[in-house]
Amino acid sequence: MPNPLYQKDIVSIRDLNQTELELIIQLASIIKAQPVSPYLSNKVIASCFFEASTRTRLSFETAVQRLQGSLIGFSDSANTSTQKGETLTDSINMISSYADAIIMRHPKEGAARLAAEVATVPVINGGDGANQHPSQTLLDLFSIAECQGRLTDLKVAFVGDLKYGRTVHSLAQALSLFNPTFYFIAPEALKMPSYLEQDLAEKGISYQYLSSLEEGVEQVDILYMTRVQKERFDPTEYMHIASKYILTKAMLKGAKPNMRVLHPLPRVDEIHPDVDSSEHAYYFQQAENGVYARQALLALVMNEHIKELDNA
Amino acid sequence: MRETMAVEAILKGTVIDHVPTGQGLNILSLIQKRDPQAQITVGLNLPSKGNGKKDIIKVEGWLFSQHDAGEMALYAPTATVNVIDNYAVVKKFKIELPDQFVGLFACPNSNCISHTEPVASRFSVSQTHNAEANTHKVRLQCHFCERTFSDSLFK
Repeated sequence: MPNPLYQKDIVSIRDLNQTELELIIQLASIIKAQPVSPYLSNKVIASCFFEASTRTRLSFETAVQRLQGSLIGFSDSANTSTQKGETLTDSINMISSYADAIIMRHPKEGAARLAAEVATVPVINGGDGANQHPSQTLLDLFSIAECQGRLTDLKVAFVGDLKYGRTVHSLAQALSLFNPTFYFIAPEALKMPSYLEQDLAEKGISYQYLSSLEEGVEQVDILYMTRVQKERFDPTEYMHIASKYILTKAMLKGAKPNMRVLHPLPRVDEIHPDVDSSEHAYYFQQAENGVYARQALLALVMNEHIKELDNA
Repeated sequence: MRETMAVEAILKGTVIDHVPTGQGLNILSLIQKRDPQAQITVGLNLPSKGNGKKDIIKVEGWLFSQHDAGEMALYAPTATVNVIDNYAVVKKFKIELPDQFVGLFACPNSNCISHTEPVASRFSVSQTHNAEANTHKVRLQCHFCERTFSDSLFK
């Protein structure tokens, strides 16, 4: 089976079409069910974290090691030539001559796109500022497909910071390929950006704002929670707002049996710990799925043929 | 009469006519960015039959292509371009928005990588027309940081 992701840069979730997304999810599912071939043996993968991000880095590095790849790289830019004033362009030029692929995270938005244009090997974006974090979206999609048995025609509510939350933006864009219905539950100051609303409208995706979390819980298949950041409000206003967006187990009574709660983590207080014991909680499985989704992505980018997919 | 003379006075070059008043200096700045040595004459607040007043710009020796003129489209969407050779208008066209703007405007997102790396800024252009309200929206998306901006941010 031809692999459309072979040697492809993974910079933005917008670069992936429906078939490619489904391929990654299919392979992630296979990998989760059984160990796969050492798809990165004899490959050197550079893990370049110009900005610290422990969970994403460990998840990627675990994925590389499980596929028996070798790792080089750094976990923040403190001891790199960046501190001496080297441009990202030069750093990536140099690193791409050492490694077979580059996983990178960078505090500046657009850094991964620039790196992909400079590098002679595939670049996988592990997050560039507030812009894109495609592997997070892939694990979100994989988790949704896994817990719902499908990606099409789902009702999905996004809750919390919809203005600055890049995970919400990317997931909404990716899901919009699968005919969803969206519900947005957010403080007025943290609504979805208008350009994204316009994108959805142009694609004919149905969305509406709901005034309460309870209203969303009863209607949806997926409740995607995010954190409302304290620093965006004055303390009194924050107390008032945050209390409206805290999910408790009692609020889940009217939920559909298949409804699952997702969260990109880390959570602070937007999901009460008593939700953890609910059958609806799925955020820890979601985090675990990060490694499988990243294994699938790396295997596909670095190998023209995946025999597990040929046999599937 | 003055307008006719402004066009006819050029031996060879380009006249950008019907530039909205107030935008002439912005156009001038874009042309200078492309060619700091360009010989330019700018007329501001000249009388115009259609709109009352207009700005006008003459560029000596440079025969604009559609692409050259497109770079001015955000500032002067209604302008006309007259390409002059040997005192005669050899080509006349309306300014049209290009698909991309390269190296002309800094990205309004201060955290965009284009501000700190040796790369030209790049924006893709999209237009939407609302037939009911008869409004026309132009949006620019940064190639690097992927943010989308209204054209008013660049004017």
